[in-house]
Amino acid sequence: MQAQDSSPSAPYLAASSLACRRGDRLLFRKLSFIVKAGEALHITGANGTGKTTLMRAAAGLTTPYAGEVERDGELGLLDERPALDLDQPLGKALEFWARVDGCAAPSEVLGALGLHGLLEVPVRYLSTGQRKRAGLAALLSREVPIWLLDEPLSGLDVAAIETVTRLIEAHVKGGGLALIASHQRLDIEGLQTLELGDYAPAIKEEEAF
Amino acid sequence: MITALLKRDLAKFFPFAGGGASLPVMFFIAVAMLYPFAVGPDVNILSRTGGGVVWIAALLAAILPLEKLVAQDIELGFFDQLRLRGLTEEVMMAVRLVAHWLSFGPPLILATFPAAALLAIDGPTLHLLLLGLLAGTPGLAAIGLMIAALTASLRAGAALSGLMLVPLALPILIFGAGALARQDSASLGFVAAISLGLVAMAPFAAGAAIKAAREV
Repeated sequence: MQAQDSSPSAPYLAASSLACRRGDRLLFRKLSFIVKAGEALHITGANGTGKTTLMRAAAGLTTPYAGEVERDGELGLLDERPALDLDQPLGKALEFWARVDGCAAPSEVLGALGLHGLLEVPVRYLSTGQRKRAGLAALLSREVPIWLLDEPLSGLDVAAIETVTRLIEAHVKGGGLALIASHQRLDIEGLQTLELGDYAPAIKEEEAF
Repeated sequence: MITALLKRDLAKFFPFAGGGASLPVMFFIAVAMLYPFAVGPDVNILSRTGGGVVWIAALLAAILPLEKLVAQDIELGFFDQLRLRGLTEEVMMAVRLVAHWLSFGPPLILATFPAAALLAIDGPTLHLLLLGLLAGTPGLAAIGLMIAALTASLRAGAALSGLMLVPLALPILIFGAGALARQDSASLGFVAAISLGLVAMAPFAAGAAIKAAREV
C-alpha cells in the first residue's frame, strides 16, 4: 500500500507470530501482519479456522496462546453480539451507548443504514441484519481509527451489503484501518487478503501441543 | 460513563421498572403470608419464630435475581464492548453490585413492614430485624454477584447458583437471626463486618470470573 505518514501517532494494528487456541485445539500459529492507517485486511477462512478467536485476541479481549498484538489508537469491535438491550426499543438501546461514548449516532448515519423506521422497535424483534446495522451505527458514531469487523456482512441483504462496504471503504480512505473477518467476498479498493487456513498447524504439529 | 452504566443497570434490575424484577419482593411477602397458614394463627408462636422466617425469606429472595444478573450481559457482549471502551471488569462489577443491592435490598426492607404485621412481630424485634437486613443484604448481594459471575458460563448455572448461595450466606443468617433470639443488637456488628468484607471482595472476584469466562 502507499506509504502513509509515519508519525508515531498514526494508528496501526500489528500481530507478531500469533498463535491462538480454542479449548485444547490449536487454531493457527505463526500469524503475523501489520495494518496501517488507510489499509484494510480481509481475513478469510473456512468455518472453525479461528476468525472470531483472532478478532477477539486482536481486540485484546483474550490473551493469545503465543505471540503478541500491538496497536496504537482506539479500537471498536463489531461482532455477532452488538450489546443492545433486548427489551429496549432500538433508539433507547443506542442512546445508552451514545451516553457512554459521549456522542450520538448522527442522523445521516442512521438514515444510510436504514434504521430510522426501527428506532421504536424493541431490539428483541429485530432481525440479524437489522441488529448488525444497529451495531455498525454505534461503531460509526464513536469515530475510532481501528475497526475490527467480525462477519460484518452476514445477515445483510444486497443493498445493505453495498452500503456497509462503502462505509468501510470511506472509513479506510479517511485514515482509519480495518481488520475484517468474513467468508464473504468484499469489494473494497486496495483490500489485502489473508487466508487463515494457511496458518493452521499440520496434524503432527498439533499433536505436539 | 459510570453514571450511564449505573442508570442502565438500575433500569434493568429495579422493581416495577418492568422485566419482572419485582419478583423477589413479591416472593418475600408471599412467604410471610403463607407461614401463618402453615403453623396456625397462634400469636405467641408467630411472634417468636416470625423474625427467623423473614430472614429465610430474604435469603431465598436474594437467589431469584441471580439468573439474569450477569449471564445475559455476557451473552449480549455487553461487558466486551465496555472493556473495549477502557472500563475494567472490576468497575463494571462494582456498578452492578450497587444496582443489584439497590434493586432488592431497600425494597425488601420496606416489605418487612407488611411482613412483620402478618407475622405478629413486635416493635423491638422489628427494629432488630430492620437493622439486621440493612447490614446483611449488601453481603447477600455481594455473594449473589460473585456466584452469578462464576456460574455465568455454565449450562446449569441458574440452578447451581441458588444452591451455592445457601451455605455461603449461613454466617449472615446465624448472626442476623441470632440477634433476634437474644434481643441484642451486638451480633449485628458481625453481620455488618461480614457484609463489608464481602462487598469489598465481590467486584474483584466477579471481575476475575467474567474475564476468565472469555478465555474458553
